[in-house]
Amino acid sequence: MARITEILVNGKRHAIDADAEATLLSVLRDDVGLTGTKFGCGEGQCRACTVLLDGKPIHSCLTPVGDAAGKQITTIEGLARNGRLHPVQQAFLDAEAMQCGYCTSGMIVTAVVLLREHPDPSEKTIREFMQGNICRCGTYPRIVEAIRRATAAMKKS
Amino acid sequence: MSKGNVPEITVEPERYELQEAPLRHFDLDRRDFFKLAGGGVAVFLLLPKAVAQESGHRGSRFREALPQNIGAWLHIGEDGAVTVYTGKAEMGQNIRTSLTQAVAEELHVKVGDISLVMGDTDVTPFDMGTFGSRTTPTMNKHLRQVASVARDLLVGLAAKRWDVPPSLLVAEDGKVLQPNTTRSVSYAELAQGQTLAQAVVENDPLTPAADWKVAGTSVAKVNGRAFVTGEHQFASDIRRPGMMFGKVVRPSAFGATLDSLDVSKAKAMPGVTVVHDGDFVGVVAPSEFEAKRAAASIRASWKTTPQPSSAELFDYLKSHAESSGRGDYVAGSMKDGLAAARHRLKATFTIAYIQHAPLEPRAAVAEWDNGKLTAWTGSQRPFGVQQQLEEVFHLSNGNCRVIVPDTGGAYGGKHTGECAIEAARLARAAGKPVKLVWTREEEFAWAYFRPSGVIEIASGVDENGLITAWEFHNYNSGEAAIRTPYDVPNQHIEFHEVNAPLRQGSYRSLAATANHFARESHMDELAHRAKMDPLEFRLKNLKNQRLKFAFTAAAEAFGWKTRKPSKGHGFGMGGGVEKGGYVATCAEVAVDHSSGEVRVVRVTSAFDCGAVVNPNGLRNQIVGANVMGLGGALFEAIEFKDGRITNGTFTQYRVPRFQDVPEIQPVLIDRKDQPSAGAGETPICGLAPAIGNAIFDATGKRIYSMPMVPNGLKKA
Repeated sequence: MARITEILVNGKRHAIDADAEATLLSVLRDDVGLTGTKFGCGEGQCRACTVLLDGKPIHSCLTPVGDAAGKQITTIEGLARNGRLHPVQQAFLDAEAMQCGYCTSGMIVTAVVLLREHPDPSEKTIREFMQGNICRCGTYPRIVEAIRRATAAMKKS
Repeated sequence: MSKGNVPEITVEPERYELQEAPLRHFDLDRRDFFKLAGGGVAVFLLLPKAVAQESGHRGSRFREALPQNIGAWLHIGEDGAVTVYTGKAEMGQNIRTSLTQAVAEELHVKVGDISLVMGDTDVTPFDMGTFGSRTTPTMNKHLRQVASVARDLLVGLAAKRWDVPPSLLVAEDGKVLQPNTTRSVSYAELAQGQTLAQAVVENDPLTPAADWKVAGTSVAKVNGRAFVTGEHQFASDIRRPGMMFGKVVRPSAFGATLDSLDVSKAKAMPGVTVVHDGDFVGVVAPSEFEAKRAAASIRASWKTTPQPSSAELFDYLKSHAESSGRGDYVAGSMKDGLAAARHRLKATFTIAYIQHAPLEPRAAVAEWDNGKLTAWTGSQRPFGVQQQLEEVFHLSNGNCRVIVPDTGGAYGGKHTGECAIEAARLARAAGKPVKLVWTREEEFAWAYFRPSGVIEIASGVDENGLITAWEFHNYNSGEAAIRTPYDVPNQHIEFHEVNAPLRQGSYRSLAATANHFARESHMDELAHRAKMDPLEFRLKNLKNQRLKFAFTAAAEAFGWKTRKPSKGHGFGMGGGVEKGGYVATCAEVAVDHSSGEVRVVRVTSAFDCGAVVNPNGLRNQIVGANVMGLGGALFEAIEFKDGRITNGTFTQYRVPRFQDVPEIQPVLIDRKDQPSAGAGETPICGLAPAIGNAIFDATGKRIYSMPMVPNGLKKA
């Protein structure tokens, strides 16, 4: 079976030795040691496992690591710059848009893509775009609020 | 049971906690403690027996033999570091922050200078578990107590040092000062060279809520940053040197036993250990991928037995119920009450099984070292899981440590230790640490469910709009909030236990959601019979001032009296008393008459839980409870057949998402003159009846089932 020996995560090369069919999620968490990306359902329904593959959001729980080899992978750990939080992370923190915090990584990574594609989203756009992300604690209204705050912060900068 | 129409605030009857009294309590050894924590000043809170019981569950129904116990302790190190130890667990209800505030308030140090060690059975005092909204009324008070005594101790040390009476000194921002002098000494300096331990019982005066400076304010989530960076380590994120990955082969159906097994393919895979013990079959492998592949290669056949299905659930519950006929609460005479009524009404409500579906499924890492087991797992009951592990593996006292990192959601669904037990079994067989994370399908099928139920009500109301008779039977769903808060002279309230068809347990507010749905829907129906406004009808039949106030506050903020009828729109309310909290919720719905789609437009939830500890955290809980409640109210229902869950995935089982969520307005009723009650659960109670009553208002159709509209509103 094909083996994958290297992946590129948050701008760094990581030597691994994984079956090409293993999920990207398991490789990121167990082999690379980046546990910020979470397992939620394994069926592409909750987006807790969202990472960016060459900038595009994917379900890392359904993506074989073989499909990610050679591509740029961005995880929640790759958003902050020199200890400075990404505006979306800062907005989630400021709005306290979390309860248990388990969905937070997937929410933030998805919201980063939302604001890249829609720099000034309406509330309707936010809800539509985020519809695939589940928060069982029911923090949705605050997450919408955090995305609005991030929108304002990113416009300023 | 006590008389009177307003239920007393008692500990939530956790009928479904499958637990025994603890077999041991923490042995306080001062020398050991300071060896572990380092020198300094420590304060231990000793619980009198009654309080120790309260931190668990209602004593009467269960065997309860808690000895005098330690509730909490606090340590101030020689470097001034304040560490507080509590057996409670954080799973999103924000108690790490609210408890830290409690300590800061009494110890007079900054929030950021306090760290809380939670849910670690080796170092935190025994605690029955984090459920029943008991953290704020009990643990918050306990921590304030130890902090207050610690402050007095530090002031005493400073007084001795300066040879002045303690009454001349004040404690402020981590220092003891003598006002109008230059004397000032930090807590760190005072703690240096000390091994001073004091045990206290709960009797020290605490700062009244009206004078709170830190408690009562919106302190930000203390470890919030770790969640937005992904750094926080949930149980499923724990990694250990040499760790392997486990996978369990599940039976084909509930109650199935192993008939035949072929594990030859799995055994031939490199690095794979197969574990077979009775009906338990599992594998351990070097990676999750290999564990999955090994488990999938195993051929097992199972012997099944007939199992009930969700299609016949409600008949099943009625026909398998125990009925004493005596009633759990009886007042006056139903016969007289019905005779005095102008309108008599009967209704039957059904409540489906639902799943907690916490986004972090059950997860555990188990590690054996010289016969000692350490397990990291997400749980509401660290010590309960420890006890289960000790029993299963015959471990003696001190040979099992359970560590509960802040957990990814629980909602009453993580009381049990099955995943930790499985991980420990696999780890023992493999001789290496093992991580086991349940899949979503496993979580849906093999965790436990919020009980289903049937509720029957018979009632009467007289020509003045006063309720004269109230009979309420709950089959299986539970006793929480089974009593009515309304003033009714003739009552018969009864809970009927059922040998239930599915494994069932606690849930956010447990049966209070079902009982409120039935009661408050019926109240609405009675109000219509009596031709009264639903708000006026409730207020007329209520003596409980706090609940009256909550209804009035919700109605005012919602604009109940000025609501304007429009086509397809309806308005409803529901509320009640539970776990020391008073909730009233108003909802507006919009019904599309052609498609039958029901959309909740806006919700206002007024909540009185005594003195508010953290307003921002409380708003988060009120909104979150209402969002979670939407699912059970509108569309969540577990379906099962032949011993299998038939909709156990997020693809099939619909939970609330962004587009389902209406505008939700929380209204905080801050009663500084009242003790703080828990807030994670009760705000869920008012939503379902408010929506149901609003649907009736919009359509004239009364809905008697939870969920109400899994497939939209069908045409009558």
